[in-house]
Amino acid sequence: MYPARFSYEAPETIEAAVELLGGARGEARVLAGGQSLVPMMKLRFASPETLIDINNIPGLAYHGADPDGTYRIGALCRHVDLEKDGDLGTLQPTMAAAAPLIADPIVRMRGTVVGSLCHADPQGDWASVMGALGGSVVAQGPNGRRSIPCVDFVDGPFQNVLEPDELAIEAFVPAPVGTRAGGYLKLERRVGDFATVGVAVSVEFSGTQVTRAGIGLTGVGASTICAGAAAEMLVGEELNGDNIARAAGHAAEMSQPRSDHRGSEAYKRHIVATFVTRILSSLQRTTQEVA
Amino acid sequence: MTVDEVKIGGLGAKRRRVEDSRFIRGMGNYVDDITLPGMLHMEILRSPLAHARIKSVDASAALAIPGVQLVLTGELLASRNLAWMPTLSYDTQAVLATDKVRFQGQEVACVVADDPYIAKDACEAIVVDYEALPVIVNPTQATANGAPVIRDDKENQHDNVIFDWEVGDQDGTDRAFAAADVVSELELHYPRSHPSPIETCGSIADFDRATSKLTVYMTTQAPHIIRAAVSMVAEIPEHMIRIVSPDLGGGFGNKVPIYPGYVVSILASILLERPVKWIEDKTGNLISTGFGRDIYLRGQMALRNDGKILGVRMHTDSDHGAFFSDAQPTKFKIGLMHAAFACYDIPVAHLTARGVYTNKAPGGVAYRCSFRITEAMFFQERMVQAAADDLGLDQAEIRRLNFVKDDDFPHRTPFGFLTDSGQYGKCLDIGLEAIGYEDFLKQKEEARKNGRLLGIGISTMTEPLGAGNSREYDILGIKMFDSAELRVHMTGKALLRTGAKSQGQGHETTWAQIVAHELGIPADDVVVEEGDTDTAPFGMGTYASRSTPVAGAAVSMVSRKIRAKARKIAAHLLEVSEEDIEWELGRFYLRSSPDSGVTIQECAMAAYSNLPDGMEPGLENNAYYDPPNLTWPFGCYIATVEVDPLTGVWDVLNFVAVDDCGVRINPMIVEGQIMGGLAEAYAMANMQFITFDSEGNCVGSNYMDYLLPTSWETPGFELHEVVTPCPHHPIGAKGVGECATVGGPAAFVTAVRDALKGPGVRNIDMPLLPDRVYEALTEGHDVSGSPPVRTDL
Repeated sequence: MYPARFSYEAPETIEAAVELLGGARGEARVLAGGQSLVPMMKLRFASPETLIDINNIPGLAYHGADPDGTYRIGALCRHVDLEKDGDLGTLQPTMAAAAPLIADPIVRMRGTVVGSLCHADPQGDWASVMGALGGSVVAQGPNGRRSIPCVDFVDGPFQNVLEPDELAIEAFVPAPVGTRAGGYLKLERRVGDFATVGVAVSVEFSGTQVTRAGIGLTGVGASTICAGAAAEMLVGEELNGDNIARAAGHAAEMSQPRSDHRGSEAYKRHIVATFVTRILSSLQRTTQEVA
Repeated sequence: MTVDEVKIGGLGAKRRRVEDSRFIRGMGNYVDDITLPGMLHMEILRSPLAHARIKSVDASAALAIPGVQLVLTGELLASRNLAWMPTLSYDTQAVLATDKVRFQGQEVACVVADDPYIAKDACEAIVVDYEALPVIVNPTQATANGAPVIRDDKENQHDNVIFDWEVGDQDGTDRAFAAADVVSELELHYPRSHPSPIETCGSIADFDRATSKLTVYMTTQAPHIIRAAVSMVAEIPEHMIRIVSPDLGGGFGNKVPIYPGYVVSILASILLERPVKWIEDKTGNLISTGFGRDIYLRGQMALRNDGKILGVRMHTDSDHGAFFSDAQPTKFKIGLMHAAFACYDIPVAHLTARGVYTNKAPGGVAYRCSFRITEAMFFQERMVQAAADDLGLDQAEIRRLNFVKDDDFPHRTPFGFLTDSGQYGKCLDIGLEAIGYEDFLKQKEEARKNGRLLGIGISTMTEPLGAGNSREYDILGIKMFDSAELRVHMTGKALLRTGAKSQGQGHETTWAQIVAHELGIPADDVVVEEGDTDTAPFGMGTYASRSTPVAGAAVSMVSRKIRAKARKIAAHLLEVSEEDIEWELGRFYLRSSPDSGVTIQECAMAAYSNLPDGMEPGLENNAYYDPPNLTWPFGCYIATVEVDPLTGVWDVLNFVAVDDCGVRINPMIVEGQIMGGLAEAYAMANMQFITFDSEGNCVGSNYMDYLLPTSWETPGFELHEVVTPCPHHPIGAKGVGECATVGGPAAFVTAVRDALKGPGVRNIDMPLLPDRVYEALTEGHDVSGSPPVRTDL
């Protein structure tokens, strides 16, 4: 690997990292897991002047629920941390379904959830998961912290709304209203391939009644699509064949796929509808069994 | 006392691969592991455009970068008459572009610098002014009226056609078709793929100014051919060239051709009088070096109502990229395509072939196959399947009906090959039994009632491996024989060298086993060396499954020469005449008194210490082996699959392979070869392809776009064997390295198509990506050609 020349910094505090970012005036990139950035540097698609390695900053590798149910993921939490967390299926079923489908085992060992969100690849999986869950990214700048909802965090392919002197330090998901259920399905040609289509669904139930729902779509638009409107159709209802079909149809309409060697536009829309249906039908069966 | 052959690691021993102890510990010695004093590093600047005129190349900024030693351009090479080089198919190929670039990734300039970082930076600083030209990416465009002529550098080339070639009996075939009850037709595309060895290509050229000797460490499967070629191209006397091919990280045909990087690194070393290392990156390997396949095939089959095949017509349109640099025997233009239908008793056939230039990377190497055999056998099996469908015949039965029978050998194939052995029906029976054929057919019908789509596909074929006999097979006029040299030291240990070159096939293990079989010297006492032209005897190298058939046979023959001399020594030691002694593994003994004997090791010591009067000392020899025929292994591959009707995703339920590769020297290595071949067969059927957009941009230039299956998606394979010894090979072995890659793809494709079978779907071209399967399923029509590529990528 022969990247262009760059300087390397390894700050040990968030504040130091933010200061370095500010000093670099937009010519720095943050290195967390490096699973997207380093290959891009290898190909010289990315040639940052400075790499700011945040791996020496203590206290960022956490993930878990606050007492109020808010679920937090620190900037150095690796995909594998979620994949191996046995409690995740209960607390965060959509995340639990997605974690083992991220890239391949090697990438999951080093890659981070927050880094993946910041990378803003339209084919990345976490953005649609976080979108479906109504999650946010916490950014720290020289003047303090702010929360940015995931639906607003990305403003184009490989572009996020962070200021050049802001560091993403956490992603969080609000506490559920009722019981949380969900799933993630991904059509990929091979392990480690980007998604042809990825569908994240999160549904919160009170009994069998839907209290909150979210749908996120990966790979079928210039950036992740939060099909909120399709999900909201379900709120206040019990899942049934009709409303599942309507939500699936609406999600397919909201997707904006393009034909390429992974599949035609029509095919990708069809897969969106199929996957939304599959996840919701499975949730319908589970909730009715519980009830 | 008789030596136990399996214990000494002889024929049939599942001996662990001796080379693995260094490979798995990271202690292999690949080209990139070699560092020479004063070594410089070379990087290639490649064309971003597929077809463009070069208006100027300005390297001034690159030369100004500290640490840059030399920038080589087409102009510089032209001044030394090195801008073009000959290819293995009697064409020419640009070393560095002078007039035009003709494919994306073509070599335009090279930088030699103190380290690879500087070389890469300097490449980016070279300014090339291109004038874009219209791009041709397939045979249809290449032969269209008014198509731009890609090879306008060639004086008599007024279009993009490279060759029109034919073989077979046209009149006889016409007569067979006139007499047919039914004529079946099929048209398909075998997409371009790339062998993609883990190790890319590379070289270190070391021109010694003190001795004027050129040493080149090089990733090559055929070091001796390279030595001859370098001698001719660079006009260096052959004895002043040493090619060393150290450990190779895979080859699969990709490391047979001569690439511009090798040539330029040699020139750079001569000019700078310092060692120059060039290591290709993965993208460079995928977009510029020898690819496989990329061919459109169509044909017809004349049939009797009962399924008997009366004749075949075939036509191929092959896409060779910008330079015709296929690695293949001289006589043939489209490799051994005409080996198609060799396992079936078909009286007559005719093949026409047209090859064209396009604005794509050149190559057309035999990617894990014996020169276009993969395409031939894929077409054969799909055509037989189409005939079965048309006649409403069972796919196993139509094959059985048309197989060449066990007692019909030798058999002349419709295109003139001579097959010599096989038990085709037995292999098929074992395969059907293993897959549970009749049960599966019932299961398939039941499943269909519940909306589940199951399918089964059979592929059977024999292929010619081990080119070849020297009457018919040569490369650039050099006959395709091979050699081995064996030195038995006085303590009975031995050094064996051959002209082949392992790239992972396990020669160090297998060749020693042949020596053990012939001489009774334990395999662990035999060290095997290959790849250094200053020490290894001449050979044509390793590709087309030819090592065991040719070099392996030479190992047997040289061992037998050693044994013949040892017999004379034994007679001397036992004080009898040669006629009075017998041989058993590892030992000569008195026929009249079997307890009196001498071991091969005792004979070896005597060769250096106690010789009969007048005998030349030492115990070493060499053998050149020119095989009387190719070897004809047989494979039967059966896949069962289930297709998800809502997504088109398909999963392999079971896969059975029955391989008859004759006598197995090391059954474990043979099984490994078959497993690897099947993985590649699955890859091609499912995902592994390279395609191009309309501007000639390569889609498949890295491992995110060019998909190699991992162990996660690759299905399990159940292996079975039949042994029909090769009648002419000294130990009855046949080639095997490529059978599964060649025969496997049709089994997967037929199985998926079988699952969808309904009116209208006759063909789905590889790769069987889910969207293509879904389209065939829901639209009920063929899905043909390369996957569509968006042009605004």
